[in-house]
Amino acid sequence: MIYVQYLLVVFLLLCAISVCLTNNLLISLIIFTAYSLVMSVVWLFLESPDLAITEAAVGAGVTSILFFITLKKVGKMSEKEDSNDE
Amino acid sequence: MNKTAKTNSHTKDSTLSHSRKLTKSHHEKGFVERIGDIVEKGDSKSFRKVYNTVAIILACIIIGCMIYTVSFLPSFGDPTNPANNEVSRKYIEEGIKDTAAINFVAGMILDYRAFDTLGESTVLFIAASTVIILLFKKKTKQEENQEVLEEEKYEDKHDLILRHGALLVVPAILMFGIYIVLNGHLSPGGGFSGGAIIGAGLILYNLAFGDKSTKKFFNFTTYKVIIILALSFYAISKTYSFYTGANHIESIIPKGIPGNILSSGLILPLNICVGIVVACTMFGFYSLFDREEI
Repeated sequence: MIYVQYLLVVFLLLCAISVCLTNNLLISLIIFTAYSLVMSVVWLFLESPDLAITEAAVGAGVTSILFFITLKKVGKMSEKEDSNDE
Repeated sequence: MNKTAKTNSHTKDSTLSHSRKLTKSHHEKGFVERIGDIVEKGDSKSFRKVYNTVAIILACIIIGCMIYTVSFLPSFGDPTNPANNEVSRKYIEEGIKDTAAINFVAGMILDYRAFDTLGESTVLFIAASTVIILLFKKKTKQEENQEVLEEEKYEDKHDLILRHGALLVVPAILMFGIYIVLNGHLSPGGGFSGGAIIGAGLILYNLAFGDKSTKKFFNFTTYKVIIILALSFYAISKTYSFYTGANHIESIIPKGIPGNILSSGLILPLNICVGIVVACTMFGFYSLFDREEI
């Protein structure tokens, strides 16, 4: 079981690094959501199910939706609009 | 055609900045002007390079400091950790007797430390109020009518898969959230987690079925009334329990048998209040971000 946790932590690190290295905002947002989901599994392994529930609802659900809406408002939702702005 | 117009404006801009540079030599400029130049030339390659190197070095220093600090922390799960002192022992041994809550965490945050949780709920309320002040747009009658027309146009165009999926999932999400709020004193979870889940469910409902069907049961007036009622109930009931507790008066609120759903005194109603505030705030944030109203 401990190896699963190591795997999850490595995945978290990869997600965290790739969020800042990705150029496309939409893709980095989706990676951020994946980070939150994996983090909620890690909370389960650390025996705090209440935090896991909150992380899944707030981190993966509400926060990413707010980010998506903001992206839509500033017009960076798709690659095409992105290149038009430059 | 659009592109040529853009390139034209771009060349015009560059010639303008070029001529401005000619009028003043480097030494005649003030500090602010020089910084403005650096920002203007931000896309130049050498500046990018320096910026990236400095950013990487700074990040490495901060990460090193953090890891160095972590090495001083006691190991996870060690029984001799400083957190395992007489305070936590008191809570674990006498928690059930004092609060009648099986879930220690709920007993802690809604009984021993209920004042903190009131502060947290108020912070959420203030955050929501700030977002309302910043983003809420009072609409004129004309705009409203136009919006209703647009809504009718889009009413059938909500994604079919999303609508049918939401029809299956939303009731389950809402039930799960309500379950977590109501069982806050018995099982992990409580007001905040349950409220966040209910808020996420409401957001999904709104995304799938549109504005009009959400407005039937949730508009700005309900939002105001519900949030203010919940917060004031919390404050008043907690004032009562602080008053009786500080003066050693027997409280009239029964503790009940630990483990029953109707037990542990004020924790259940307070959980419901916190859940309502959190759910309304989450949905309010989404709604204000999306269309600048609730």
